Amino acid sequence: MKLGLVVDLDSCVGCHGCATACKQWNTSGTIGPLSDKDPYGKDPNGAWLNRIRTYEVGDTPNSKTVHMPMSCMHCEDAACVTVCPTGASYKRTEDGIVLVDQDKCMGCNLCAWACPYGARELDPQEGTMKKCTLCVDRIYDQRLPEAERQPACVLTCPTRSRTFGDFDDPNSEVSKLVRDRAGKQLLPELGYNPVNTYLPPRNKPVVVMHETASISQTVKGWVNKIISR
Amino acid sequence: MHPAFSVLVFTVVSGAGYGLVFLMILGHLSGVTVLQDKTLLLSAGALSFVMISGGLLSSTLHLANPKNAWRAFSRFKTSWLSREAVFAVAFYPFLLIYLLGVYLNGAEISTVFAAAGWITIVLAMITLFCTSMIYASLKTIRQWNSALTPVNYLALGLMSGSVLLLALQALLGDVQSNLLQNSVLVLLSIGITVKVIYFFWIGKPSGSSIKTATGFTQASVRLLDQGHSSNGFLNNEFGYTVAANKLLKIRFATLFVAFILPMLLVCLGGSVLLVLASIATIAGLLAERWLFFAEARHVVRLFHGDQTT
Repeated sequence: MKLGLVVDLDSCVGCHGCATACKQWNTSGTIGPLSDKDPYGKDPNGAWLNRIRTYEVGDTPNSKTVHMPMSCMHCEDAACVTVCPTGASYKRTEDGIVLVDQDKCMGCNLCAWACPYGARELDPQEGTMKKCTLCVDRIYDQRLPEAERQPACVLTCPTRSRTFGDFDDPNSEVSKLVRDRAGKQLLPELGYNPVNTYLPPRNKPVVVMHETASISQTVKGWVNKIISR
Repeated sequence: MHPAFSVLVFTVVSGAGYGLVFLMILGHLSGVTVLQDKTLLLSAGALSFVMISGGLLSSTLHLANPKNAWRAFSRFKTSWLSREAVFAVAFYPFLLIYLLGVYLNGAEISTVFAAAGWITIVLAMITLFCTSMIYASLKTIRQWNSALTPVNYLALGLMSGSVLLLALQALLGDVQSNLLQNSVLVLLSIGITVKVIYFFWIGKPSGSSIKTATGFTQASVRLLDQGHSSNGFLNNEFGYTVAANKLLKIRFATLFVAFILPMLLVCLGGSVLLVLASIATIAGLLAERWLFFAEARHVVRLFHGDQTT
């Protein structure tokens, strides 16, 4: 199994719902707490496992605002696991989820240095590395109804921009989406082979811009039309 | 990259310690005349021991959860940090056996102690190499991911060690050694050469761009919003930025204090000036290591709008 997420950049509206749901679930999850330092002060700082950045792609008038939520990509060649000196970072063989054993981490930051996606953040209170668990404590929970055995970010997304599934299965919803919509990996040139895939925005009809012409130009146009007939 | 002071001290001081112990034992065992002196060998050995241990202890200060530091020996097969820890610890018994031999028999040590000496110098260089590979192995930081990084670490470690050895020899011995003095000048010249090559090499733009980072390779991409109102871990760790003109000034200051000033002082000779030369080298290399971090730009900065066009 190769579990991961597909994020649809066409429909994401950048509401930060996934990030808040993630923080809410994971602060009391297996790697919790996700603590904050000085949360109500002047310079709050805390560990988040999901960050949403907003970009403007293209130039006016053919530009689009793109919201890009980013969490751990659960890379197939995860350098964060290779560099970890303590064995706290590991990639599960059965489903490919990359996790940090909170009891082993010494907080040296090397895995965060090795990650090109900014997926790992040091917990300012605990002193250990925190990262997306793909809600490993949810997706296998037999007590939850089957429809709810999904990561918190996927369940909460109001525009259904996030899809969770097995990339190894060619008929899974995620694999179909990647095929149909030409899903893209981020920073593919670095060779980490990220599992999470992003669906680029669909092509929209170009907005035609009408220039207001002067009266003489308008009259000239009419005359030209009459003469050509 | 945010330059953590403890890491700067660690890499510079322990690097100089490994360089010192390497040159001292190499010189002693291959029969350099001025190094056949018990007091000099023991004091240089003790100095390198203190520098290496102080550096290694300093490196644990940047750990956020040091109670798990003992686990760092467990991933020798994959992690350069783990390899460094293992070799750093393996180095100690051989150094101590060698120094014991010198303490018992003076410069005329038996084969067993000499063998320990040879192993010590091999382990010293391997440890220094492992330290540099921690940085050189990171594909995420273009300025580090290069063969120039280990070359820099090894050359600068040997260079600063040689200045220390020459200063100690001048303090303790009565004859000035031309061989030592010339090798220090050669190592200083190699040091400044590899550093200048590095400075030129990192100036060449290459690598990932905001387009490959976001996947929009056929359009211009600009950051509109980072998505948070105050800096988090990523900004603090990777967003460290220093104005380019300030970096340039520090580059020139580094080249002068770490290389050119010691060269002049070594040429002049005399124990006081040589002690000053070693202080200048260490201080200059601290600035050099600070630059090594401050000029390194992690790819995650691209997501935070590091590139505007």
